[in-house]
Amino acid sequence: MSSKLVFTRRALSMAALSTLAAVAVSTVPAHAATPKDTLVIAAAFDDIISLDPAEAFELSAGELMGNGYERLIRYDVDDPSKLVGDLAKSWDLSADGRTYTFELKPGLRFASGNALTAEDVVYSLQRAVLLDKTPAFILTQFGLNKANVAQKVRQTGPLTLTIETDRVYAPSLFYNCLTANVAGVVDKKLVMSKEVNGDMGYNWLKTNFAGSGPLRIRDWRANEIVVLERNDNYYGDKSKLARVIYRHVKEAATQRLLLEKGDVDVARNLSPQDIEALASNANVRMATTLKGYLTYFSLNQKHPILSKPEVREAMKWLVDYDALGRTLLKNIAVVHQNFLPVGLLGASTEKPYKLDVAKAKALLAKAGHPDGFKVTIDMRTIQPIQGVTEAIQQTFKQAGIQLEILPGDGKQTLTKYRARNHDIYIGSWGADYWDPHTNADTFARNPDNADNAKSKPLAWRNGWDIPEMTKKSDAAAMERDGAKRAKMYQEIQAEFRNTSPFVILYQWATVTAMRSNVDGLKVGPTSDGTFLFKVSKR
Amino acid sequence: MTAWRDWLLTERPQSRRQAALGRAYAVWRVFARNRLAVAGLLIVLALVVMAFTAHLIAPYGPTDGVLDQRLQPPSAAHWFGTDDQGRDIFSRILHGAGITLTVVVMVAVLAAPIGLLVGTVSGYAGGRIDAVLMRLTDIFLAFPRLILALAFVAALGPGIENAVIAIAITSWPPYARIARAETLTIRRAEYIEAVRLMGAGPWRIIWRHVMPLCLSSMIVRVTLDMAGIILTAAGLGFLGLGAQPPLPEWGAMIANGRQFVLDQWWVAAAPGAAIFLVSLAFNLLGDGLRDALDPKANR
Amino acid sequence: MPTTLSRRAAVAGRWLGAVALTYLGLLAVTFFIGRVIPVDPVLAIVGDRAPEHVIERVREELGLNEPLPVQFAVYVGKALQGDFGTSVLTSQPVWLDILKTFPATFELATCGILIGAGLGIPLGVWAAVRQGGWADHVVRVVGLIGYSVPVFWLGLMGLVLFYARLDWVAGPGRIDVAYEYTVTRVTGLLLLDAAMAGEWEAFGNVISHLILPASLLGYFSLAYISRMTRSFMLSELSQEYVVAARAKGLSEARIVWRHALRNAAVPLTTVVALSYAGLLEGSVLTETVFSWPGLGLYITNSLQNADMNAVLGGTIVVGTVFVGLNLLSDLLYRMLDPRTREAL
Repeated sequence: MSSKLVFTRRALSMAALSTLAAVAVSTVPAHAATPKDTLVIAAAFDDIISLDPAEAFELSAGELMGNGYERLIRYDVDDPSKLVGDLAKSWDLSADGRTYTFELKPGLRFASGNALTAEDVVYSLQRAVLLDKTPAFILTQFGLNKANVAQKVRQTGPLTLTIETDRVYAPSLFYNCLTANVAGVVDKKLVMSKEVNGDMGYNWLKTNFAGSGPLRIRDWRANEIVVLERNDNYYGDKSKLARVIYRHVKEAATQRLLLEKGDVDVARNLSPQDIEALASNANVRMATTLKGYLTYFSLNQKHPILSKPEVREAMKWLVDYDALGRTLLKNIAVVHQNFLPVGLLGASTEKPYKLDVAKAKALLAKAGHPDGFKVTIDMRTIQPIQGVTEAIQQTFKQAGIQLEILPGDGKQTLTKYRARNHDIYIGSWGADYWDPHTNADTFARNPDNADNAKSKPLAWRNGWDIPEMTKKSDAAAMERDGAKRAKMYQEIQAEFRNTSPFVILYQWATVTAMRSNVDGLKVGPTSDGTFLFKVSKR
Repeated sequence: MTAWRDWLLTERPQSRRQAALGRAYAVWRVFARNRLAVAGLLIVLALVVMAFTAHLIAPYGPTDGVLDQRLQPPSAAHWFGTDDQGRDIFSRILHGAGITLTVVVMVAVLAAPIGLLVGTVSGYAGGRIDAVLMRLTDIFLAFPRLILALAFVAALGPGIENAVIAIAITSWPPYARIARAETLTIRRAEYIEAVRLMGAGPWRIIWRHVMPLCLSSMIVRVTLDMAGIILTAAGLGFLGLGAQPPLPEWGAMIANGRQFVLDQWWVAAAPGAAIFLVSLAFNLLGDGLRDALDPKANR
Repeated sequence: MPTTLSRRAAVAGRWLGAVALTYLGLLAVTFFIGRVIPVDPVLAIVGDRAPEHVIERVREELGLNEPLPVQFAVYVGKALQGDFGTSVLTSQPVWLDILKTFPATFELATCGILIGAGLGIPLGVWAAVRQGGWADHVVRVVGLIGYSVPVFWLGLMGLVLFYARLDWVAGPGRIDVAYEYTVTRVTGLLLLDAAMAGEWEAFGNVISHLILPASLLGYFSLAYISRMTRSFMLSELSQEYVVAARAKGLSEARIVWRHALRNAAVPLTTVVALSYAGLLEGSVLTETVFSWPGLGLYITNSLQNADMNAVLGGTIVVGTVFVGLNLLSDLLYRMLDPRTREAL
């Protein structure tokens, strides 16, 4: 009984299918490289939730704000300690140190064509305070609130305005805060025309654009694509590129393949292995930027063992910083042991700690735990955090400390951390604006350690009660002399290194990989410091 | 020896026990004739042995790693190379055999019987019971699997035991659906009618007659699922749930090796090959069992 | 004696009731899950930097301080009016998000199941007919590889080989950047949209993007479908009617395709339907590797951020798919196998 005949039909249909497939594929034109006037970037930007400068605060949105919205002043990307006027022609501070005056450049326009005057600037700042979204604290920390913002931020002429603070602050602090995205200027006329139920255009601006920057945001499809287009109404040098397109590509390996093939011009999230592998590729160039982001692990001071000062110190000697820097962190981070990232005023580069198991054991014995103890750590399952945590687990073991890893997804571990339910937490923190106070505010200040405190900085999350250091941080924020201010931060960092429950591990260094025909792309230390309008392609 | 054989294979067994043992022996003989099935069985046994003797044969500890030795290709010192923490992959595979096998068996043991029971009862009883049980099955089936698994693991906490429960809970509905489909086809058959006429109650019918008939497709499905279960555990590992590091669970090892796939292929290749081998072995075993247990097969 | 019409109406009514109950059950369980997950949903909206009072305010705005049953009732009430809430992550209404992401997954899964069933069923028949022979083993091993190899590995290897090295297919994503604005999205199914617009170059480009991920998904379902086909065919071929048919002189091909497969088709529909449903549920890993903006990524992302409106919306969609597929397979049963017609 031959079963050969059974398959004539099947053989036929198989043949038919494969022919169809072949025909279909062969009609595909050979794929073209990206258009000359368009920059295509592969990045993971699933963290964007809003395009409104009064609300956007995550990394990816920050970059879009930096290119789309202008503010009164910016810092110089090449020398962040220098301030440069963006919309402002000049600025001044009153003798009593509390009233700042700004004068705008004349003839400015929005992308929509509307004129940009002091009225729009005042409106934007007031709007940010009134809407009171997450980044509003950057402005409200100067004593601005819903009740008084109308008087404190005032237009004094068609191109002039004043801002009044409640106390004397270090001017560098104030100006640095004004470089943040939350101080981006929106088109009052356009936004108000889209207002619904007195929301100040909030519901519309979340997914639309009303700025004056060199690139306007044309489209945002969540987790898919962002399209920026040249703004021809920009006052300065127009963008050399007509368009910038971000493609959402989550997987590093996929980004790399796209870059190698030339289907994208830039890849932003490559892993250390990809970077090593691409180093020998002639068509690809890499650029490294030190970012204002730190990774640390912290000990909950409400834990009976972890609150002992000897234990705190012992932990700092149980990390093999050098090995980590050589291996897991190669190319993507720099070992750093202070809470101010390099680049901020007063940042210290002291690195007193290294792996010293004997010393750690002696300290533990002094604290009454010569044989170690058991403790848990909450960890996000992303790299390099996971790799670093596993390495730390190994070095802890050498001193008898059994570290149990509790993996979780980002928001899970964060929820636990904010509720002070952790033993040890490993995480990251980034500067909100380019001033030392942004990190001092969270690492070295804890005004109220109670469970229902009104503000919950990182120091609070670890239950670290530091009334004295809080006072010192406050003083540093108000010091008008730049050199003196830097010295104050050096002292705080020295004390912090010795006594804090934070073990700072490294500072991020992002690597941007781009095709060799891309010129002028420089990633800034903060998210809004990456100026795509300066980029061109050969 | 022949005395035993004759006793087992006699056509007139003297007791229930003798009959049962005889049937089991007959099944074994059919099974043993299938060389591939036996190969499968041997591989599974080898894995079990590996699981128990890992600490004796493994050249290194599963969690000892030297960072500077990370991502070494396979060599004499490290047969399968080292992973990103500098740990010997071969040793980790050996130690992980036990964990992985446990996960797979536990899930199968939890999910399959539940699915079989629900499916056969539902298909046989029909009417209201069928409607209610199918509603329940549908609710679980209609759930995006990931959400259910994520939710359970998130609620119960990380750890391989909770991952097992979570995976099992999402695995039983398909078994139920298949069992019900088969039952619907079988229940009008003549021999079922005959047994019913003899006075057998519904439970007896389901237990003794319907279920064994569904068993074969169940076995096929379960053995096919073995690899899928390990990979689901790996998937949970991607999302931060499941095996806790530094546990050398194969799924977790693959999840870890994901970032090195392009250049350091061996990190994911070794656990991948191991999973494939387990999957193949169980599959061969399952097929062999199916053929041997089929009441209509020629002896 | 009830008329056929009223009997049909009663059946339909019971069916609708069952469906409604399924949905309610789905929603209730999802809701409960949302509360059981130890993630603070407000975090996704306001982020880690928000001051306490902003968090409290947003919590109030979202109605998260109400007791659980109240929140559920509010949700169901709004859902019945067509308002499925807004996603916190995309700031869009959830139904709009789903309208955008579901077609992507649907297109991919449909192409996948066509490949999977189109190849899997014949392969399974072949393996059954040649039971024990080398063909049987080859089919088994090929299927097993597809089943036991991690998705991301196969996907990445596929990309490396067919995209990077051989240049046979286009890369990740649904369509090239160059065609981004040439095809207006009407249905969201790019193949259809491109064809309707007459943009044949774009159409070819979409196929080029679809082929690799669809083949990947197809390969996975092929493993399962071919095994189950083999299993069902083997049971059928050992039945008495086959012996009788052979004795009557029917050709082998006719017996296999016309009779045995027809009978095996009954449980096979469940298998194919289940596979399809599995593909539609959205393979997160495939969508990640190929940057496919589909439902799987959407639901997972939302779940990880406790964006419960989006999760609930996604659950409803997936639930609808299952209900539809169940209905389809039940209908197919009754068409193909008269023995099952009493089931309802």
